[in-house]
Amino acid sequence: MVCGGAGSGKTLLAVSFLLNGVIRFGEPGVLMTFEETAEELASDLKSLGYDLDKLAKEGKLAVDYVRVERSEIEETGEYDLEGLFVRLDDAIRSVGAKRIVLDTIESLFSGLSNAAILRSELRRLFRWLKDKGLTAVLTGERGDGGLTRQGLEEYVSDAVILLDHRVHDQVSTRRLRIVKYRGSHHGTNEYPFLIDHDGLSVLPVTSLGLCHPALKERVSTGIDRLDEMLSGQGYYRGSTILLSGTAGTGKTSLAAHFVHAACRRGERCLYFLFEESPQQLLRNMQSIGIDLQPWVDRGLLEFHADRPSRFGLETHLAGMQRAIRRFEPSVAVVDPVTNLLAVGSKSDVRSMLTRVIDYLKQESITGLFTSLTPGSTELQETEAGISSLMDTWIVLTISEENRHRRRWLSVLKSRGMAHSNTVREYALTDKGLQVLDGEPARPARAAGV
Amino acid sequence: MQYPNIAEPAVTSGETFLLRLYVAGQTPKSIRAFANLKRICEEYLVDRYHIEMVDLLQNPQLARGDQILAVPTLVRRLPEPMKKIIGDLSNTERVLVGLDLQPSRRSNT
Repeated sequence: MVCGGAGSGKTLLAVSFLLNGVIRFGEPGVLMTFEETAEELASDLKSLGYDLDKLAKEGKLAVDYVRVERSEIEETGEYDLEGLFVRLDDAIRSVGAKRIVLDTIESLFSGLSNAAILRSELRRLFRWLKDKGLTAVLTGERGDGGLTRQGLEEYVSDAVILLDHRVHDQVSTRRLRIVKYRGSHHGTNEYPFLIDHDGLSVLPVTSLGLCHPALKERVSTGIDRLDEMLSGQGYYRGSTILLSGTAGTGKTSLAAHFVHAACRRGERCLYFLFEESPQQLLRNMQSIGIDLQPWVDRGLLEFHADRPSRFGLETHLAGMQRAIRRFEPSVAVVDPVTNLLAVGSKSDVRSMLTRVIDYLKQESITGLFTSLTPGSTELQETEAGISSLMDTWIVLTISEENRHRRRWLSVLKSRGMAHSNTVREYALTDKGLQVLDGEPARPARAAGV
Repeated sequence: MQYPNIAEPAVTSGETFLLRLYVAGQTPKSIRAFANLKRICEEYLVDRYHIEMVDLLQNPQLARGDQILAVPTLVRRLPEPMKKIIGDLSNTERVLVGLDLQPSRRSNT
């Protein structure tokens, strides 16, 4: 049983189950729809890339539209729903169905007035489907008192999934919860899910636990002198790196170096932008001598640009996880992660990042996060929420001396390696970010700005 | 007025009624429905009715065309528009209302 309010995605979830059964698992299915005609449904699903007509022609799917209109029906005396059974039986036989969707069977209650007959007949129907060995997904409209208006969940003994579509601060998030799943250990949390041109996807919220691999392989930061500062070899592959700094310190440039180097090695990079457009970033990086366009053209680098306020955090998380799964990159960049704070509280962002990081680590993807430190706040405080999740933390600062800005770079921490403790000066040149020679700067001054 | 017990027939007298009774096997309900229908027709539609029985167990694919869910279902195919009456037709008055052979008294009062 899938229940939820209007527009919560019930039909899509049910139909996805059916169509994926046909397409991916070779299990034919029957779709009995009570609300949309077969044609309406077919055109809706076409936009998601499903071709109902084709599947029907191939004999893998039977669609039956059942129309019940109370005004057209006079009721007199006893009846049963054997006609419905006959239709279902016919459809099931015609394709040899293993799966069946009834969307939304509750419509019967508005079409027929004898609720007592309906209830006993539906009970019989569910029993009958079970005896036939079919997996049936029923949808139901969310009711006031119970999960569904007609309390159908009481008859459906096996599993109940509740869909929810909430808007908080004008940002909508879809969530899914398994209310009941008999004979199975199931997650009890609410899980965010997405509906887009690829259909519906749900992402587990729970952290996967701390069992991800720890690779010994190292990858270059793209800047030789920074590699040197990280015991000569750069970051660990599959580790997470935080680049933090105030505005204009070159966080994105540092990230671009890394991406450039990774692409040069032939690795795939996924770049999430929460502030700039890809074109803007490409242009800006070109101006300091880093040309990322060829990597985009060759399909090694992909950008995902979104305003943080466009979705809720959960949806962002889901979208990111999904993009990563599809693109299978070696490197993922989130720039800047701090912009997500705009759509969630610190603790929410932290928990979301934990999940992203867990996912990256599990897949051995090197994750690079930039973080904008507001000029006025204490560095340590701002990043307190997320820095502990990171393996390497590089801090960029600016100091002003004699009407001249000087930029400083330091490795605040880097787990598992002997990293440099000096604060090095760097410059943003037309050949990229260059860590300068020269005397180690005054650490107290540089780090404290 | 040919049939005195019809106060105001909504359907012009003389038209032939093409009726189809959908059942699923010879169940007590379907037998009862057919008997009730036959009796009503003999009383109100002498010589101008035609009853067609459809057993969905024999012809399951016919259920779709007329949107049959419940059985027994009586479908008035002619005259237009199509009407549907579900149940064993044990309430004669409601069958007459359903067939447009008698104006609904409840709605008139």
